[in-house]
Amino acid sequence: MKIKRTPLTWFEKLYIPTLISGFKVTVSHLFRKKVTMQYPEEKWTVPEGYRGAPYLVKDSKDRTKCVSCQLCEFVCPPKAIKITPPGPEVNAARGNIEKEPKEFEINMLRCIFCGYCQEVCPEEAIFLQKDYSLTGESREEMIYNKTKLLELGGVRDSDVKKWDKKAEDAAAQSGH
Amino acid sequence: MDFLNDSSHWGTFLFFSALKVVMAFAVVMPMVAYSVMLERRLSAAIQDRIGPNRVGPFGLLQPLADGLKSFLKEDFTPSHVRKVYFIIAPAVSMIPAFLTIAVIPFGSVMGTQAMVIANLNVGILYTFSVVSLGVYGIVLAGWASNSKYPFLGGIRASAQMISYEIAMGMAAVPVFMLVGDLNLGKVIEYQANGAWLVFKQPIAFVIFLVAAFAETNRLPFDLPESETELVSGYNTEYSSMKFALFFMGEYAAMIAVSALMVTLFFGGWTLPFFGLNEAATSIAGGIAHILVFLGKVACFMVFFIWIRWMIPRFRYDQLMDLGWRRFLPLALANIIITAAILWMQHL
Repeated sequence: MKIKRTPLTWFEKLYIPTLISGFKVTVSHLFRKKVTMQYPEEKWTVPEGYRGAPYLVKDSKDRTKCVSCQLCEFVCPPKAIKITPPGPEVNAARGNIEKEPKEFEINMLRCIFCGYCQEVCPEEAIFLQKDYSLTGESREEMIYNKTKLLELGGVRDSDVKKWDKKAEDAAAQSGH
Repeated sequence: MDFLNDSSHWGTFLFFSALKVVMAFAVVMPMVAYSVMLERRLSAAIQDRIGPNRVGPFGLLQPLADGLKSFLKEDFTPSHVRKVYFIIAPAVSMIPAFLTIAVIPFGSVMGTQAMVIANLNVGILYTFSVVSLGVYGIVLAGWASNSKYPFLGGIRASAQMISYEIAMGMAAVPVFMLVGDLNLGKVIEYQANGAWLVFKQPIAFVIFLVAAFAETNRLPFDLPESETELVSGYNTEYSSMKFALFFMGEYAAMIAVSALMVTLFFGGWTLPFFGLNEAATSIAGGIAHILVFLGKVACFMVFFIWIRWMIPRFRYDQLMDLGWRRFLPLALANIIITAAILWMQHL
């Protein structure tokens, strides 16, 4: 394509129109709303489905959903998850149903936020949530334990009310 | 301390000169620091950003942090440089800017002392000779760095500065034809008694202004530095405080040239109202004059900084064309016209 290049007029050669238009643009930007996000105070709201830090969740009746099946520990590519299952002793408060882990640790320095743990979890107990840019002052601090993970994870109910039913069954059996 | 009141004593002269030098430094150095700050904030505002606002209230301590950082950074000297010249180049680029300030009257009088460090009768000739020394720092840096981008920057600097030096000198000639004296104090006196010279010599002012941009390597004439094509030109190989010296030298040169323009074209420390046109009789009046002068210089600094974000860089040939084929003939014509008018007035 041939571009038509018109020669500059004498007025344009004085650079005055350039100066005026430059001045207009700069002044108009001077009072415009700034786009800077002042990071630690303001943060992005990440979109739905964002793969942030994996946290454990509870259901609406304050029950830990994790049952120590250790599938996430097995699938975790960087081996960031370490689960200590409860062993043979029975948690009196929870009856004989499902084994809540004694300890559940995620090393956030190792975690690569791949989301395999969330995908593999049969109990929908672990979710990659919206936290990003985790910080700490030591390596130890970056290993999140069960209490911390549950606290950060919050409550997330699923449609399957499996545990309600199990609790009912248990209550019914003990009633005999 | 009796000798302080005896104006003929050599000790008085020495004492007050030293005091004025220290005061000038104490004012100019923070001005340099805060010009950098202003540049960053203003450029940010123009680009829809906020700019440095973390250090201190409104980020006002940012220059201190910058200075501290420059001192703490590793002073790296590449193995391929010519060491002696490499080390003296930053100083050579910074000193002329400060030397210029020596002859500029930054206020009227305070007590018995005139507010100028050196009241030279050849003031402007001294200024031009010193300002043209500024290019040596850059050329020396470009050459001593012994690497291609600084070298190109140095070459461009020498060509550009020599070209615009001439236009600048020529532009200032009509001013002194009108004033009839080379002393900068006399220039201010002349303007206080009549109109500011910017109204009498607008063409001279425009040429001087553009040449000042070229002399201080500011956009649109920052070819020696041109970050996009020459990495950062003559200071590519510099780091730490040496780099900071170049940086401060650039801003000090801007302040010096602004002060010069204020003196030559905008009436120096005078204002045509509130009776600020006459030399001060009290200390408060003297301070008011200094503040007026600094205010005018600050306006020029804002202008310098603003222009940077308004116009893109000139091409090398455009720069040369503008300097030699437009401004030089125009300045010469201006001299001849001024001479003709003066001649007719004397007929």
